[in-house]
Amino acid sequence: MTDPIPATGTTKGRPLADPASAMRLNESSLIPGDRETLAAWKIAFFGAIALTVALPLFRPHPFLEILAFVPEGLTATFTVTLASICVALVLGLLAGLGRIARTTVINRIATVYVEVVRGIPLLVQLFYIYYALGPLLHLNGLVSAIAALSICYGAYLAEIFRAGIQSIPKGQMEAALALGLSRTQALWRIILPQTIRVILPPIGNEFIALLKDSSLVSILAVSDLLRRGREYASTTFDYLEAYTVVALIYLIMTLFFSRLVGLMEERMRTHGRQHH
Amino acid sequence: MADSIIRIQQARKRFGRVEALRGVDLEVARGEVILIVGPSGSGKSTLLRSVNRLETLSSGEIWIEDTCVTSPHADIRRIREEVGMVFQSFNLFPHLSVTENITLAPGIVRREQASVTLERAGALLARVGLSDKAHAYPDQLSGGQQQRVAIARALAMQPKIMLFDEPTSALDPEMIKEVLDVMLDLAREGMTMLVVSHEMGFARAAADRVVFMDEGLVVESGPPDELFNRPKEERTRSFLEHIL
Repeated sequence: MTDPIPATGTTKGRPLADPASAMRLNESSLIPGDRETLAAWKIAFFGAIALTVALPLFRPHPFLEILAFVPEGLTATFTVTLASICVALVLGLLAGLGRIARTTVINRIATVYVEVVRGIPLLVQLFYIYYALGPLLHLNGLVSAIAALSICYGAYLAEIFRAGIQSIPKGQMEAALALGLSRTQALWRIILPQTIRVILPPIGNEFIALLKDSSLVSILAVSDLLRRGREYASTTFDYLEAYTVVALIYLIMTLFFSRLVGLMEERMRTHGRQHH
Repeated sequence: MADSIIRIQQARKRFGRVEALRGVDLEVARGEVILIVGPSGSGKSTLLRSVNRLETLSSGEIWIEDTCVTSPHADIRRIREEVGMVFQSFNLFPHLSVTENITLAPGIVRREQASVTLERAGALLARVGLSDKAHAYPDQLSGGQQQRVAIARALAMQPKIMLFDEPTSALDPEMIKEVLDVMLDLAREGMTMLVVSHEMGFARAAADRVVFMDEGLVVESGPPDELFNRPKEERTRSFLEHIL
């Protein structure tokens, strides 16, 4: 889904935090990111909000009913997203460390995990866990969804962690070792604290991607945002209206978070040294 | 030598097809200051980095006092505690303040009390002339200041030996002196120092011996005046002509 580090924000097909800013290392630039991207973001974000407000005003039926019915799915959407990103971060850190481990076995396991998971479509993984393994392991829809998303995103985050760790100059580890630190101490005290700062924006981007991909769980009878829209439409046949609202809510959320990521990137560039 | 603190015997190191060290012997007496010179690729950095095992020798042995550094059973962390190292690119920890850079290793490696490590950090910063930078971060310092902090950081472990790997090569000319002054001071106090550098002024002022290396071997060594003014080997002479 993403190229880990170099692509701060530019990800294949994802309209996320300003791609152009990755090339602008000039600290004196005052406007966060590219002006054009920011302008486009404003149009999309405030346009989406305006539409969400205007539609129920001008056509209370059915938009007001939809707006009363659909957002209940936000609970499921955020439960799935937050639980998955947490588990995925742990898996990603472990697998990322495994990818750079010097023990061949650990390295091999981590690499196979990353390669296998990245080679299977998320929807297939979701079906596999819910329909193929679910009955054996007694997993309900919610647990299956969180498991599938965690495993999938864990693999992508592993690559981000790996690239982040490898982006720290070799001299940092050498200096730590030369002072008598063990590799583990050096990793936790010297390497990872620096890595976190580098990988925060790409992790933010993964979070946004995960938020969008969480809509896949509607297939597993989890009442998320998309599912609520479908449930409404299936009784009233207002498909256009219901899915418009669903799309608008997703859009507002992802644009909001992508702006946060963009600001985070900008902050890191300009205030790089203020850590505490 | 009865009181040699470092003994390097037939050190060989191979990187793939390249043989960086081809059988180096060197003994360093306690308190001795040795400058290692030689063209790039002569193996001088590799030799230095083998002393605290940042590089593992292909064969040969290195002893520090009565511990064999190159033995697979050596407690390398204990050895590294006693051997400070200063790098060409400083390698300060950018996410830590100057004081934290200095107190980190004594705190987590030696488990010394914060009060003790902080006091020592203060004294070391005063010694390298950077007391006012205690709370600064590395990227707020000039190269010369960063290198002086790096020396203080290494000294905080109270090492018996200090290794300097081209400590002034990455510095602007006007900052070289402030670093060399700290090193001179250290040499006068009797620290055992192994310095890879082409700073001839420092060699004349502080070095007991200059070792000239070429193609992974020690070509010749001797007191600075003798080696600089009356080199025995043709290779030494032509090298010195290039850098003097």
